[in-house]
Amino acid sequence: MEQIMEQMPIVLHSLNIGFLQTLKLFFVTLLGALPLGLLISFGSMSRFRPLGIFSKLVVGIVRGTPLMIQLLIIFYFPGLVLHNPIWGSGEAGRFTAASVSFILNYACYFSEIYRGGIQSVPIGQEEAGLVLGMTKTQIFFRVKLLQMIKRIVPPMSNEIITLVKDTSLARIIALQEIIWAGQAFMKGSQGISGQIWPLFFTAVYYLIFNGILTVLLSRLEKKLDYFR
Amino acid sequence: MAILEVEHICKSFNHTEILKDISFSLEKGQVLSIIGSSGSGKTTLLRCLNFLEHPDRGVIRVNGETLLDTENPSTWQESSIRKKRLHFGLVFQSFNLFPQYTALENVMLAKELLAKEQPDYKKRKKEIHEEIRVHAQELLRQMGLENRMGNYPHQLSGGQCQRVAIARALALQPDILCFDEPTSALDPELTGEVLKVIRELADKNTTMIIVTHEMSFARDVASEVIFMDDGYILEQGDPHQVFEHPKEERTRQFLSHFTQG
Repeated sequence: MEQIMEQMPIVLHSLNIGFLQTLKLFFVTLLGALPLGLLISFGSMSRFRPLGIFSKLVVGIVRGTPLMIQLLIIFYFPGLVLHNPIWGSGEAGRFTAASVSFILNYACYFSEIYRGGIQSVPIGQEEAGLVLGMTKTQIFFRVKLLQMIKRIVPPMSNEIITLVKDTSLARIIALQEIIWAGQAFMKGSQGISGQIWPLFFTAVYYLIFNGILTVLLSRLEKKLDYFR
Repeated sequence: MAILEVEHICKSFNHTEILKDISFSLEKGQVLSIIGSSGSGKTTLLRCLNFLEHPDRGVIRVNGETLLDTENPSTWQESSIRKKRLHFGLVFQSFNLFPQYTALENVMLAKELLAKEQPDYKKRKKEIHEEIRVHAQELLRQMGLENRMGNYPHQLSGGQCQRVAIARALALQPDILCFDEPTSALDPELTGEVLKVIRELADKNTTMIIVTHEMSFARDVASEVIFMDDGYILEQGDPHQVFEHPKEERTRQFLSHFTQG
């Protein structure tokens, strides 16, 4: 017990640094994948056949293969095959590669949720807008978007919470996120080794952050309860 | 001069002919009722007038201006269709109100978006907005909804929703207001309040085309009746003639379901 108290500051410091990486990857992915997903959903709903087929193909491949493989390929392919290591070296390069992989992967999942949301808005809404002389863009932003958002909050909440936990996959390309930091104390780091309790603390970080997200998302859901 | 001229409209879906050579015209201030069994093409005709469907053949003229001529492809350009739609208003069977906006906002939205296209919008923004609001409030008052302006559609009854939808269509001051079975989703009590509003519009000489299954209403309110059957206009005339002395056997047969009931 005494030993744990002594090691605590070192461990927490390490976990904080790791968690910062986790958070960074989480927010960067969200910021990139939310709009990119919308673009991809427009692509797969496009009446221009080649674009529709292309979008569906990309979504199919990304959803059909493990994110871990995507991380490895995106990180190593430029250097090993093209002999052009575009990601650069060090933690920053790994972070960029991880961000690209995560954004692409999550955008594809989001795009299908968006598509479901958009297509679930009754056709009458669009027709009412058209008859009132609105442009398609106005109809999308002023009529359909909020109805779509209301419908996709629950499935999006699922994906977003999964994303928090999925960020740990980035350790496969040696991104030093929080589980990496926690596990280091099992192997031995900063004079601490053979300790599993830091991993329990790691889990608590996830629990707290996901708890906060859950509260925020259910608040958003309540906020949109004013219409049906 | 006729406010609306429709000539030789044809429309097929997947090789099924829904409209087969529809022609008619309408004078300003007239109320035209279109009756006929389900599947006779009434709704498709209204949707063609509102440019929600593209007729395969035909001409649509409003106030002498050719809005659509299938012989002349330049009249079917996506960019100009939006403005052409404004000659017509359409009230749907299922209301199609925007659920996230209040009754008042539903009535104001389209007008506000259109106002942004005015050249002096930036200068007179506040003033224009106020004008639109006052006009929308006046319309809702006319519809008997002065106490419901701040309510969302899900807080309103079907009859109230439909009256908001009518106000919303009127807000853009269309030349011709179309109704697609406006009371088919309503119970008899709510039907009455919607029909009353439409009747008041008829008294104010609003030019209207009403597709309806309410035969007594069609007879009372209309100045002209069209009976459609299987994609054709089978009979057309003033309500007295069509309802009391139909020329066609098919019309008589159709109407007999109502006089008996």
